[in-house]
Amino acid sequence: MMNQSTSNNPNTKLVTKLVVIVFGMFTFGFALVPLYDVFCDITGINGKTNETAVVYEATDIDRSRLVTIDFITKTTTGMPWAFEAKTKQIQVHPGELNQVEFYVRNPAFRDIVGQAIPSVSPGTAALYLNKTECFCFNNQPLLAGAEATMPMQFYVDPQIPEDVTYFTVQYTLYDVSAAAQKVAEAQAEASE
Amino acid sequence: MSTATDTIHHDEHDDHHHHIPKGIKRWLFTTNHKDIGSLYLWFSFIMFLTGGAMAMVIRAELFQPGLQIVDPNFFNQMTTVHGLIMVFGAVMPAFTGLANWLIPMMIGAPDMALPRMNNWSFWILPFAFLILLSSLFLEGGGPAFGWTFYAPLSTTYSSDSTALFVFSVHIMGISSIMGAINVIVTIWNMRAPGMTWMKMPMFVWTWLITAFLLIAVMPVLAGVVTMVLTDKYFGTSFFNAAGGGDPVMFQHIFWFFGHPEVYIMILPAFGIISHIIPTFARKPLFGYASMVYATASIALLSFIVWAHHMFTTGMPVAAEMFFMFATMLISVPTGVKVFNWVATMWRGSMTFEIPMLFAIAFVVLFTIGGLSGLMLAITPVDFQYHDTYFVVAHFHYVLVTGAVFSIMAAAYYWLPKWTGVMYDNTLAKWHFWASLVSVNVLFFPMHFVGLAGMPRRIPDYALQFADFNKWISIGGFAFGLSQLIFLALLIKACRKQGEPASDQVWDGAEGLEWEIPSPAPYHTFETPPVIK
Repeated sequence: MMNQSTSNNPNTKLVTKLVVIVFGMFTFGFALVPLYDVFCDITGINGKTNETAVVYEATDIDRSRLVTIDFITKTTTGMPWAFEAKTKQIQVHPGELNQVEFYVRNPAFRDIVGQAIPSVSPGTAALYLNKTECFCFNNQPLLAGAEATMPMQFYVDPQIPEDVTYFTVQYTLYDVSAAAQKVAEAQAEASE
Repeated sequence: MSTATDTIHHDEHDDHHHHIPKGIKRWLFTTNHKDIGSLYLWFSFIMFLTGGAMAMVIRAELFQPGLQIVDPNFFNQMTTVHGLIMVFGAVMPAFTGLANWLIPMMIGAPDMALPRMNNWSFWILPFAFLILLSSLFLEGGGPAFGWTFYAPLSTTYSSDSTALFVFSVHIMGISSIMGAINVIVTIWNMRAPGMTWMKMPMFVWTWLITAFLLIAVMPVLAGVVTMVLTDKYFGTSFFNAAGGGDPVMFQHIFWFFGHPEVYIMILPAFGIISHIIPTFARKPLFGYASMVYATASIALLSFIVWAHHMFTTGMPVAAEMFFMFATMLISVPTGVKVFNWVATMWRGSMTFEIPMLFAIAFVVLFTIGGLSGLMLAITPVDFQYHDTYFVVAHFHYVLVTGAVFSIMAAAYYWLPKWTGVMYDNTLAKWHFWASLVSVNVLFFPMHFVGLAGMPRRIPDYALQFADFNKWISIGGFAFGLSQLIFLALLIKACRKQGEPASDQVWDGAEGLEWEIPSPAPYHTFETPPVIK
């Protein structure tokens, strides 16, 4: 006769432990998302730059060396805008504040909201690119047929290693009209 | 609870308690590990033929350059669903089926520890694959983004049926997790008295370690498909750069699951081979303890090598070096295993029955797959090999001539115990030699076209690859047809047509499963044997 009560059954205990591991690993899968962001923030290895403006403090400008920066642009599938960097390449001293401009035009017959995402290559340079003002911090709405010039202000951290003399900043432009519309509707509902 | 029900049955129908229920209900409601094992094995064989049929479509399209038979979108669905079916529908359920049949008999237990859950973990599986296969017939087609479902292919650019893919993967994952929990609990709590850890048969050891890998990584897979689901349908941005996510992160999470997954598909194979070679070499396994430790080391190392699938994503050199050396480190315990199998055969009184032929083919051909794996691990050359047919050749050598050959070896080895009759030896010889020759015609030239630069997952190719692809396709059709011989052989054996098998079956075989009658009675080891 099997007369074991449930709590003393060794199978129940082991199954409970294993189920805890299963749920733990499921949670771990999602925990990898913030962990990945933190890890990349610290090491800068995925080429992401600061997402909100930093304040420029007049740091020591290192006049002894120059860093060359390329600016390239790209639009994703379904994004009809013309998008290009007015300054394709710039040479800067670490520590000095610079401004470059980007040109956009919406050739479509509809209003479009764009979002530019920067990426730095090699990724390790991303840690030393500090943007004090950037069109990439916000959505950029553009009426049908309209054009605009978008500024971006930055300085290169003087801490940048000596061997990094050249890096590329790529802006990729996405059409986020649908998502922006949803946000606007939600805000309108909330205010009513 | 069960005792009460039984009593009622006795009163009402004068039921013969020990008789097996007949008809479909026997299979639907069974909690018997042998029945469930057979269900898993037949299911996996049906899936093997289904996924194989898709491979035939792929090879028919690639027989000649140019687009002639299917359109590219359907071609992509074929490569995707072929991969998913072979991984989750053929190889993994086959190993679970073998675990169900063999683990209780090998450790002297009457059944699996959680028989009702066992029934459930099998019966949700056909529905998972029904959902996946039905998506092929929907408007826009089924999943076409490769079995690895990289974002944004599976999010921004996928067809509307992606939700079906996600749910089917969820169900497959739940099934595997339940199977794994059952295996762990059975091995942990139900070993016969005297069977200490280091007396456990190798198949039991490798499955125990595999089961831990399964419960560690299948939930991560469930997590990543859920992220794909919410990214596609609910506007989250886990992998969408426009919303602040990162598509490369998909690959990190996926391969954190994916790399242990490849060991899930090969560790039980190592166990099977470690049973068959000693039997037909008539010597005990060389280096049993080192086999156990090697298996455990491979399992642990499998968690720190995932990014070798991603060398071309632009990782820092330091990370590439780490993943390169960690990957190469795995060849040490794997080398220990191959050494031990060869040492077991050394000066043994070898005979070459069909299971042994498959086992020797496994050792040779799996090692070829392992060596191309080492080549792929070298970061700088991986930039050339990445996403070419060289990779396809590599993983088909380890999965087809590795995992699948080991499953076939296991089927031949234990079939007389399961059915009580010897298999048809003529058909078996035809099956082995036809498979061995055709599988190499099929996969070996893939190394050459891969090194020459032919990309994978492409329905058309440059003219210079035409001759090799013709041979690859011929090998593919021949390998596919050879499996029909196996089907005929299995049907014959299950109808008990053949010489009756003795209890021992093979004269060099050792282990508890050979001490019970052939065919194995419906209930075995109701009183546990004592292990000396």
